[in-house]
Amino acid sequence: MTDVAGAPGADSAAPAPEPAAERRRSETLHFARRNPKLLIGSGIVLTLLLIGLIGPFFIDHDPNEYVGPQSQPPNGEYWLGTTSFGQDIWAQFVHGLRSTFLIGVFGGGVAFVIGTAVGFLAGYKGGWVDEVLNMITNVVLVLPALVVLIVAVAYLDARGVLVQGVFIGLTSWPWAARAVRSQTLSLATRDFVDLARLSGRRTWRIITAEVAPNMSSYLVMTFILLFGGSILIAAGLDFIGLGPTNGVSLGLMLENAVAWSALQLGLWWWFIPPGLGITVIVGSLYILNVGLDEVFNPKLREL
Amino acid sequence: MTLRVKDLKVYYQTLRGDVHALDGVSFDLADGEIMGLAGESGCGKSTLSKSLIRLDSRMRHVGGTVELDGENVPIADDEAMVPLRYHEISLIPQYAMSALNPTRKIGRMINELLRSRGVRPGDVADELRRRLELVGLDPEVLDRFPIELSGGMKQRVVMVISTLLNPSLLIADEVTSALDVSTQRSVAESLVEFRDREYVRSMVFVTHDISLVYQMADTIMVMYAGRVAEKAPARAVIEDPRHPYTRMLVSALPEVGSTVSGGRLEGIPGTPPGLLNPPQGCRFRDRCPMAFDRCAEQPPLVEIEPGHWAACWKTGE
Amino acid sequence: MSETLLELEHVHKVYRTGAFGGGRKRAVRDVSLTVRAGEVVSLIGESGSGKSTLGKMVLGLSRPTEGRILVEGTDVAGIRGFAARKEYYRRVQGVFQDPFSCFNPIFKADRVFEMVRGSYFPEVSDADWRDRVLSALGTVRLDPGNVLNKYPHQLSGGQLQRMLIARALLLDIRLLVADEIISMLDASTRIDVLNLLADLKERGLGILFVTHDLSLGNYVSDTSVILRKGAIAEMGPTTRVFDNPLHPYSRHLLSCVPQLHRTWAEVDADLAANPPEDVTLPTVADGDTSAPLLEAEEGHFVGIDQK
Repeated sequence: MTDVAGAPGADSAAPAPEPAAERRRSETLHFARRNPKLLIGSGIVLTLLLIGLIGPFFIDHDPNEYVGPQSQPPNGEYWLGTTSFGQDIWAQFVHGLRSTFLIGVFGGGVAFVIGTAVGFLAGYKGGWVDEVLNMITNVVLVLPALVVLIVAVAYLDARGVLVQGVFIGLTSWPWAARAVRSQTLSLATRDFVDLARLSGRRTWRIITAEVAPNMSSYLVMTFILLFGGSILIAAGLDFIGLGPTNGVSLGLMLENAVAWSALQLGLWWWFIPPGLGITVIVGSLYILNVGLDEVFNPKLREL
Repeated sequence: MTLRVKDLKVYYQTLRGDVHALDGVSFDLADGEIMGLAGESGCGKSTLSKSLIRLDSRMRHVGGTVELDGENVPIADDEAMVPLRYHEISLIPQYAMSALNPTRKIGRMINELLRSRGVRPGDVADELRRRLELVGLDPEVLDRFPIELSGGMKQRVVMVISTLLNPSLLIADEVTSALDVSTQRSVAESLVEFRDREYVRSMVFVTHDISLVYQMADTIMVMYAGRVAEKAPARAVIEDPRHPYTRMLVSALPEVGSTVSGGRLEGIPGTPPGLLNPPQGCRFRDRCPMAFDRCAEQPPLVEIEPGHWAACWKTGE
Repeated sequence: MSETLLELEHVHKVYRTGAFGGGRKRAVRDVSLTVRAGEVVSLIGESGSGKSTLGKMVLGLSRPTEGRILVEGTDVAGIRGFAARKEYYRRVQGVFQDPFSCFNPIFKADRVFEMVRGSYFPEVSDADWRDRVLSALGTVRLDPGNVLNKYPHQLSGGQLQRMLIARALLLDIRLLVADEIISMLDASTRIDVLNLLADLKERGLGILFVTHDLSLGNYVSDTSVILRKGAIAEMGPTTRVFDNPLHPYSRHLLSCVPQLHRTWAEVDADLAANPPEDVTLPTVADGDTSAPLLEAEEGHFVGIDQK
């Protein structure tokens, strides 16, 4: 700092303050490209997503159809073998990936939107807003979610993946709201939030532009956990016969494998692909999250 | 001579290289001496006080020696330091208030601490009560939880605990920074009283507040960018500083009674050099109005008058 | 006498504490004071004196429980709605204690300027805005090359604090609330920021300077207000308050401040040799929450003694 001596130099050529947003974006990209965690994590997630999206177009039979010989280990024709009924496990896996992603995105998405909105408002506004929202959150939190889901889903005639996702979302947001609220509470007392108010910013802009970016990796993590949670709840519903009619999901595959004693019969190709699928999705999302943290947090970049 | 530090070098390891936090620090601390260690943030004063008791995992002892009562202090050897800590060298940390476990009553916590250091609590119980009274605390505080005490009370409790075994050397690291003025004075005066009663033989009092050390210290050592700039009796540092940095620093302090209209004080332009790759020669050179060619060479710390040490080429003239 | 910018009339702030809001804590008690254009008023107090709460109320970040805060004649409590608040901040700005916490750590430091531009000067051209930023940085004596385009953690506390003052100067402010703005800075840069406040005062700004450090309050201010437990203990022209403290609490505080050329022992000896005269302090009945002031000499007030 040569600040005092530098005062006369104030009018000399200094780098012009260019539009801040643009500069920041290119910089984030610069670090994102060089972060192996981010690249590996997103690579795996995208690959699985692509398999789920495109895969089904290359399979000409229904995943639940009895197409081949029974209990075949993986071979050239049936890449992941067949079930004890002769269903093609690869076809089930590909379709299952698709609906698992769907349920994760919808269930997790709905829960995330409600949870963060409630959490941000309660944490930032405080006072009676906080008290009311907190009460609602606690009420939903103590509801036995699975029972509500069973009752609600059982009343619906046509059960699709989307409806299931929305219902899961509506019951699983409270812990996210509480987590976001506590983070917001501590961030809202920081001086830069006061400074943003003094700069004439509206509440929603302070929340989205000051508070939220500081917990971006936390928010991503929340979404990832909600995503994974939705997949598991969906699997539970599938198991008791309240899943999408005629649907396939990784959870349903796992439960079927267990129900038909794949473990005891040594049909590892039946339960490992769906189990591994769920684990790899959630695991690589986690690695991606750590990578994102390093990219967004300028202090971590320099380490 | 209680403490003798010679050419001590302690570096912080970071991924970008070594930060030369202490780069050749030498000084002596006499029996019964309270030395104020002053300087701006990042000058190495906290590193020095930590080095004397425990190196954390990122700190590396690069060179130099520390002697206490004529015996070598193995600062780089964590194991060998264990018998010395608390018994011979004790520390009052900067955030003493948060050092107290909130779920334990204070008395119980002290007993646990004593046992872990191989002392029977019963042997020192009377002394503990006496000293609590001395710093103006009711011995009843032993039955209270830390949360029930004010900041100044907690600070005094920690002071009593740290000096209970009559250590040779007490390091007080910014112990009064978080306190109010009136509490600050009484804590500072208690520390001097502890020295007068020989509960501690000598003391290093680390602070950024020069006017506070002037009140209580016998000598003041001013550090700058990992090195000693000047060490002298407290009065000499304030009234007749010899190092240009000390001079500018002292003249930048507003006092009760000084006002803008009564004469504007000036700060020191510039900032201290980074210690990742510290510059050669005198580290104050870039901010020093008196700098000349010779400053490219590192000035040695020399005794210009009995007890008055300074590291500047110009002080000899 | 120059115009009055800020006027506090019997301001109280009571916080509700405890799980059900059952407890009450009076953070500010019956404070009345004024700040004029071109005047620095120091609010001096220890922790719990309510000095920061007062600053926050003037900035509209917290509302007084009782009493009125008038800025250029308008009641701050009457400012409702987003547009009115925004206009208010065009005239009144604040700088806070911890410069590091004032910058959103994930954005570059000059974003604080961009925020002001986005809210108040969207119509100003890039080139024009750049000139304004450079001139504000010049006023606070910062080299733009050193501070623009950097992240907060790459800058020193002194640099950040000056950027925040520069930010406030981009607006055409009349009143600046400086809340402990130098307590986190190093001694060698502290004084520069204080001098800067003196420069701003010359430009006709009113400054409310909140501090716990008596020597700093003394250096820069015209009027000093010593607060204790939310109420005013002593208020008057700075020279009077420091040369002739009347309230026992002010005397006690002054005797505890570490001074550079006088030791505590000397101060005590001095006090013992010339014991100060007793002053009659105003009193209030138990349960009365007011805190009256008594004018001991012209413009020099003493307040109640709280145990």
